Amino acid sequence: MQRRLKIGVLYSRVRVEEKWIFGAMEKRGIDYDRLDDRAIHFDLNDPKPWREYDAVLERSISYNSGLYALRLLNAFGVPTVNTASVAEICGDKLMTSAVLARDGVPQPHNMTAFTPEAALEAIEAFGYPVVLKPVVGSWGRLLAKINDRDAAEAVLEHKSTLGSVQHSVFYIQEYIKKPGRDIRAIVIGNKVLTAMYRMSEHWITNTARGGEGELCPITPEIEELCLRAAKAVGGGVLAVDLVEHPEKGLVVNEINHTMEFHTMQPVSGIDIAGEIVEYVMRIAEGKMQNAE
Amino acid sequence: MSTIACPECAAEITLEAGTEVGEIIVCSDCGVDLEITSLEPAAVQLAPMEQEDWGE
Repeated sequence: MQRRLKIGVLYSRVRVEEKWIFGAMEKRGIDYDRLDDRAIHFDLNDPKPWREYDAVLERSISYNSGLYALRLLNAFGVPTVNTASVAEICGDKLMTSAVLARDGVPQPHNMTAFTPEAALEAIEAFGYPVVLKPVVGSWGRLLAKINDRDAAEAVLEHKSTLGSVQHSVFYIQEYIKKPGRDIRAIVIGNKVLTAMYRMSEHWITNTARGGEGELCPITPEIEELCLRAAKAVGGGVLAVDLVEHPEKGLVVNEINHTMEFHTMQPVSGIDIAGEIVEYVMRIAEGKMQNAE
Repeated sequence: MSTIACPECAAEITLEAGTEVGEIIVCSDCGVDLEITSLEPAAVQLAPMEQEDWGE
């Protein structure tokens, strides 16, 4: 008799997305464990308990916890959604920009520097306004729109003095005059599942910052761009954020690897949690087939 | 239906059906985030503040 697949779901908090994912697991009768990243530990001399999982879905809120768990699980040979490599790239805006540039995927003009002086020189050469972003960070936190040299000097000094070591990697992006909205698309495997406009009067359109959602039709252009972006970062379960650039057209702004979809699921009417679970099961089945 | 007292302001909070351990609820009186730590008996603790590497 064929063994039942065993799935792990790594999480930090049970947000509505995790409730939907757990519900989708239970509806399908899937054998799964809830793995609270604050309670688990890894014994590197004893990977056996972890190898009992045919796949682990990572839903940690903490980027570091999720990333290191994925690295360990992948080192143990446990398939994960997403892979450690995808998390490394998507969790770091500079890494994401690097792979998008490598694959020629349209993106905003980005620059980087490692000292406030070099960052200021890059900004002055490019012109104002620009946006400074932390390379690791989410929910629109610590984004700074820099309108002039005074602001640039102040923010760069604050970041280098008060920030953690990661804040001394200065990620500078052109300021895009977007039409009061951006686009978030959900990509699972090689399919663009759904897309949504995120509307806001504020220049930060993140729904975590109060942006509102409205369904966006998946045009061939959106589909092609999202699939190229997803492929560039390594694929899996991803949210691709697009911006309508007034001169360049659609560009990929960032890609999230443990996306929230509490706005997208009701707006789209698509069972995103169910689709994620189906994808995880396909990955788990792949492991079983490889082992047989 | 279980009720708990908010550890911040002592308001009585009724847990909705389907509430899960690990879920975050908001105290309607004082607005603090609370994490459900147990359902039987119902218990909550103040949820940790947002940290720098949190996100999606």
